[in-house]
This record gives sequence, structure tokens and C-alpha cells, in this order.
Amino acid sequence: MLRFILGRLLSLSLSLIVASLVIFTVIEVIPGDPAAFMLGLNADEATVQALRADLGLDGSKAERYLTWIAGMVQGDFGTSYTYRVPVAELVADRLWVSLPLAILSLILSTAIAFPVGLLAAANRGRAADYGIMGGTQLGIAIPNFWFGMLLVLVFAVNLRWFSAGGFPGWEEPLQALKSLLLPSVALALPQAAILARVMRSALIETLAQDYMRTARAKGLSRRQALLRHALRNALIPVLTIIGLQFSFLLAGAIIIENVFFLPGLGRLIFQGITQRDLVVVESVTMLLVFAVIVVTFLVDIAYAIADPRLRRRA
Amino acid sequence: MIEVDRLSLDIHGTPILRDVSFAMQPGRTFGLVGESGSGKSMTALALMQLLPDGSRTSGRASLDGIDLLDRPEAEMCALRGNELGMIFQEPMTALNPVRTIGDQVAETLRIHGAATRADALDVARQKLDRVGLPQIALDRYPHELSGGQRQRVCIATAIALRPRLLIADEPTTALDVTTQAQILDLLRGLVDEEDMALLLITHDLAVVADMADQVAVMKTGEIVEQGATRDVLSQQRHAYTRALFEASGHVPARGSRPEGSPLLTGTEIDRHYPGPRIGLFRRGAPLRAVNGVSLALQEGESLGLVGESGCGKSTLTRAILGLDPIQGGEIRALGNPVSPQMPHAMRAGIQVVFQDPYGSFNPRWSVEHLVAEPYHLLSEKPSRTERRDQVAEALEAVGLQASDMDKYPHEFSGGQRQRIAIARALITHPKILVLDEAVSALDVRVRAQILDLLADLQDRMGLSYLFISHDLTVVRAITDRVMVMQAGQIVEQGPTDTVFDAPEHPYTQALLAAAPRLPDYARKD
Repeated sequence: MLRFILGRLLSLSLSLIVASLVIFTVIEVIPGDPAAFMLGLNADEATVQALRADLGLDGSKAERYLTWIAGMVQGDFGTSYTYRVPVAELVADRLWVSLPLAILSLILSTAIAFPVGLLAAANRGRAADYGIMGGTQLGIAIPNFWFGMLLVLVFAVNLRWFSAGGFPGWEEPLQALKSLLLPSVALALPQAAILARVMRSALIETLAQDYMRTARAKGLSRRQALLRHALRNALIPVLTIIGLQFSFLLAGAIIIENVFFLPGLGRLIFQGITQRDLVVVESVTMLLVFAVIVVTFLVDIAYAIADPRLRRRA
Repeated sequence: MIEVDRLSLDIHGTPILRDVSFAMQPGRTFGLVGESGSGKSMTALALMQLLPDGSRTSGRASLDGIDLLDRPEAEMCALRGNELGMIFQEPMTALNPVRTIGDQVAETLRIHGAATRADALDVARQKLDRVGLPQIALDRYPHELSGGQRQRVCIATAIALRPRLLIADEPTTALDVTTQAQILDLLRGLVDEEDMALLLITHDLAVVADMADQVAVMKTGEIVEQGATRDVLSQQRHAYTRALFEASGHVPARGSRPEGSPLLTGTEIDRHYPGPRIGLFRRGAPLRAVNGVSLALQEGESLGLVGESGCGKSTLTRAILGLDPIQGGEIRALGNPVSPQMPHAMRAGIQVVFQDPYGSFNPRWSVEHLVAEPYHLLSEKPSRTERRDQVAEALEAVGLQASDMDKYPHEFSGGQRQRIAIARALITHPKILVLDEAVSALDVRVRAQILDLLADLQDRMGLSYLFISHDLTVVRAITDRVMVMQAGQIVEQGPTDTVFDAPEHPYTQALLAAAPRLPDYARKD
């Protein structure tokens, strides 16, 4: 198991290095001069030169890459051109919104998907299954921003249980959590619908396996066999989807962040792009790659815990 | 005491079993034989009440006076694993891959509230010892065990609570002959010692003759004949029983072999796989799957290759077909070297038929399309009408009809599909046909027909066969010479009759001794 973990760590570190090279190349090397690009067409030469010096664009490409990496390792992500503050600070603030939001959504979606998927699989071909399949179809089809707006209308405007948007900061943890609740529900529902369907089909495939018959021949009821033998075998595809969903939730919540006026990572990167703030874009992208790789690593470990056959492979 | 009285079953209105009646005694083995689809397994599943959805049973099946057929599900759960144990054909997939074997044996005890967790593991240890796995730790996972060991674990699971009835559904069909003999031995011992009744379901008459006190012969959902094993097998009163016997020992009539020149030769063939990774840049010793094998196949000859699973038969076959590279030696066919890079035209000269034709057919292709597929090997492709004519000819050669070419694989039975596979192999007029377990999945009567067909094709077309099988009876019936393979090497070879009648190598002797054989009283000479 330890060998497995070390092996995964090694391969993921390699992915991280490759990803950083790709991002660096795409943003800094290919489209000519980043400084001129950031300042737009009408900028005068002196300003561009000043920015070039500011961004450290004068050195060789290899030198710049190494400086960039060395900086990031020490927590220095450069200074945002538009905000005039260290990117690390910007990102940290946003991360404290996006990360809890993603985790909360993921917990919600998993908590909904597991029982729903189990229920559908246990009642395959019966009314409960058809109901769930129809419901999840609807859950996938409804855009989450529309659902978010609906939630605001009902729970904020009419019932006045929640505020319609904004984020008070973590000085008041309860208020902060409360303000994240509606957006995380809006994010979680389509994810839960997808996850429940994956869960259902993985379980149904597992139910047809020979060992399920063995379990029944031992005297387990259908339900016991489902929970004790099918569930863990059905986990692999479910874990894969959970990993993908978490990565998506971290940065892909931009529309929901806008609906609820949340200062999250999605909005930061969107603003970075519209304002041509390449320092922000580059750093946040790298950070997201890092997050995806960490999640992948955790999912890999979860695979190995769920399935002993995967432990020996590195 | 188990009594089945006029058990009938239909699934979604289709009758499956009709008036099946038999009785079983504790400490005795009852054999249920028949071909696939005869209802053997459904009879067992009816006793367990594990039938598919839409099943309706009538009649009685009682275990010491309790009728199993009308028990509510909760009561059946209490009986299954406790009074009724069952093991299945496929030990490779019958155990949950993500749970330890100790845990799975102990579960039988835990689910019936017969022991606490720690005690259940102790009992699991005893049961694994009992089934002959004293060296296997409780925390091993199924994938770390061989097929025979897994079947032993399944048996331990089924007998953990000493059930009164143990049902074994083709328990050794997926196993090698030597492993089969050990598992049958184990079952026999359990019946004697634990005083349980064993319902042994099998298609293999020799296994039944060896194991069962009583036997019933099933055909299309009915028992056509039953009685003491010796009586049934020696008298063979029912025509179907006789047909089964004749088919199982069937030797096709074959013309005399002309002395031909060698078409396929292999000299000192080595096929190695890289060893498992043991470090970032290091690998363990390579696995020598085929180690210095030499062979020669003459024109018009049938050469058998026998050995147990993992001996390297399939690896050697793949090398001979030019599918995998070899690491040493040379293979030549029809005068040219064989390798993965060999020209298509050469592949047209060596064709292959596998065990499971259905798995090698694209279900959405018509038979014409399937049979004509090897045409892509030819440099000159026939026109559409020529193609249809040749497919028709090939289908007729294997005993099908020209009109079958517009049908799809699912419209055919297993034996017919194997005929289609042979037609596909013949379409390019090959000289060499590799038959890789080509009749192993077929019922005895269909198998006899396919063997006749193969013998007939060989006589008419002068084909050479490389016949790979684990089934010694079949190899004896169809081959002129045989090679016995063990651990990547040929340990013995020679004329088939000589090798089988007077085996010299201990491994060949062990194989022949382990192979179940029909007793003399059951032979009709």
C-alpha cells in the first residue's frame, strides 16, 4: 500500500510539472509579448516597457519559468496587475469561499445520491426506479443558475429565511455557512442527479455478478446482499465521478457565484481573463491544476481502499 | 430427507420444468445429468428459491417435512446457508473480490447469528482447514488464489453451518482435471463425514458415475430416467441416456492419413513476458510462458496439444498464429517465417476457431458479413456475387444452408454458431486450422456432430489441424499425434494412442489418472 501511495505521488508530481510547463508556455511564450497584450492596443511604449520590467519579462524564458515556480513554491504568486495586491492574497480570500462551497456541495450531492441510487437499483424496473430516473433526468436538465434563482425567490424573497446573496466573511461562521447553503444546494442538485444515475447503473451491473448469487445462497436477504456485497464493488465509478465533480465545483461554480454574489475563485479567474490580468490567470490556473491533482491522488487512494486488487499496481 | 414431488416451473409463462420428482438421503450423493438447457440448474435454484423474476412453481419440494416452495422469503433466508448450501460453476467470480476470504466464510455464520465476529473467524479457520486450505491466511483476497483454491473457499462457505443439503452446480466444470479430481474427493469426504445430502449437477457422465449413488437424467425440463447409478448407466433403458453415452465417447470415422511434408514447424520457441515491476527501473525475472518448444505439423495431420490452464498452451497458440512476437527460436508455416509482421496473404493460410464463437462474433453483423470477414486478408477481393457464392459454399460445407447467410448470430444455437466459426475459418481455403478448445463449450451430442464435421472436412480438403484442448477424451478421438505441455515445456509427445495407453512422463500419467473415466459397466462395446 505504501508503495502504491509513493508510486501515485511520483506520477502526479510529474503531471504537475508537465501542467506547469504547458500553462507557462501557453500564457507567456506563444502569443508574443504579455505586457503589450495586457495593456491593450493603445498603450504607449513607455508603459509597456515599465510593465515588462515589473513582470520580470526581461529574463530568458527558462529563467522566468524557474522564477515563477520558485515563487509559487514559497507562496509568492506575483502581484495582480489590476488589483495591485499579491495574487496569493487574492486567491486565499477567494479560496475560503470556493473551497467550503465545493466541499458543502459535494457532501450534499453524495448524501443525496447514495440513498437515491441504492433505492433505484434495489427497485429496478419498478415504480420507484422509474420515478427516480425521471427525477434525475430533470435534475440534470435544469440549469443550476435557474434553480439557484428559484431558491432565492422561495427562501430569500418569499420566506426570508436566507439572504439573497453576498458573503459576510468567516468572522461570523454561522452566518457565513448560512450564506453558502443556498448556492451549495443549487450546485449539488444536478451533481447529485448525475451521481445517483452512475450509482444506480454501477450497482445494477454489480447485482448481476456471480458473487451476489453466492451471497444470496449464504442466506443474505436482497437488501443485505446489496449493502454488504454490491455497494463497495460499485464504488469505483462513483468515486471517479465524485473526483471529477469536486474539481468542477472548485472553479466551475462561476455562474452560481454570480447569482449569489459570492467572491469565489470562478469569478476571480473570469475577472482576470476579462481584464487581461495574466498574472492572476496563470496563478489561479496553476492552483486549480494543483487542486485537481490532489483530488486525483485522494481518489486513487480511495480506489485502493475500496478494491484490494488495485493496491499492488503503482 | 429431501423429497421433490412433481415440481413444475414456468418463467413468464414459458414452461421450464415439468413434474420433476426425486428423493435424496443424508450421506448420499444424487447426480442430476443432462445437456445445457435441460433444467438441471433451474431445479437447484427452485430448491433454493433463488429463481429469476417471473418464476412460478408448483408441486412440492420438502426438506425434512418443510415445503421449500411456499416458504416466505424471510424463512428462506434463514434456511439458505444454514440448512441448504450451494456452490456454483465459476469459482473465479463466485467470491466477492473486495472482501477477504475469512470474512466471506465467517459471514455465513454471522448472518445466521451462529457466532460472534471473533468466533466466526475461528470457525472460518477450521472450515478452511477442513477443505484443504490450511496454508491460506484468512486475510487473503480471492484474486490471490487459484481457481481450485477459490472453489474450496466456496465450499467452506457453503458447509460452514453443516447444511443438510449441499447443492453443487457443475462444481468442477471450469477446473483442470487434476484440480477436479481433488475437489470431487473433497466433496465425497464431506458427504461421508458430515452426513449431508449432495445434489451434484453435471453434464459429465464420468463424474456422475464416479460420485453419485443415485442418478437422474434430465431432458427439456423432465426427468426421463432415474435410479441407482450403476443400473442407469449399465442398462441405459431410455433412448436419450443411450444417445448421451454414445455421444460422450464418440470417435469420428477418419480416413487414413497420407504421409505429408511438414506444413508448420516450430524450433526451440521461447515466449517470455517481462517480470513484475519490483522497483522504478527494475523488473523481476521474466516469466517463461513457452520455453524451448519444438513441433511439426504434417500435411493432413491432426496434432493435439494438451495441458492444464496456465501451462502455456494459449501463449504458444498465439505465437503460432503470429499474434505475439517470440523471444527465441523460429516458427515457419507454409514455407515462410511466422511473426506479427507477416503478410496478410500468409494469415489466410492459417485460420483459427476459438472456444466461444458468440464472443468472437459481432452481434450486429449478418452471417454473410461474418463469414466473409477474412477476405480482407486477400489481395484480390471477390466481387459481391462471388462473395455470396463462396459464403454459401462454405456454409454448406459445414452443414448449414446458403440461406442462413442473411441471418444474425443470435438466431443460431451454440453448435450452429461453432459451425459458422468454422465456415469463417475455411473461407480463405487455409491449409492449417488451429482449433483452440473449439468443442469445449458444447454439449456432448453437439460436440460429437462437430467432431464428425471436422473429420469430414479434413478428409475432403486435406486440412491440417492443431487441436488444443484440456479434454483428453476429445483429443484422443480426433488426433493422430499428441503433445503434452507442462509449465511452458513439452514433456511428452508421440502417436496419440501410444501416449494415452502407455504414458511415460509422470505428468502425463497424473493427467490421465485424474481424468474421470466411464466405468467398464457403462461401456457399450
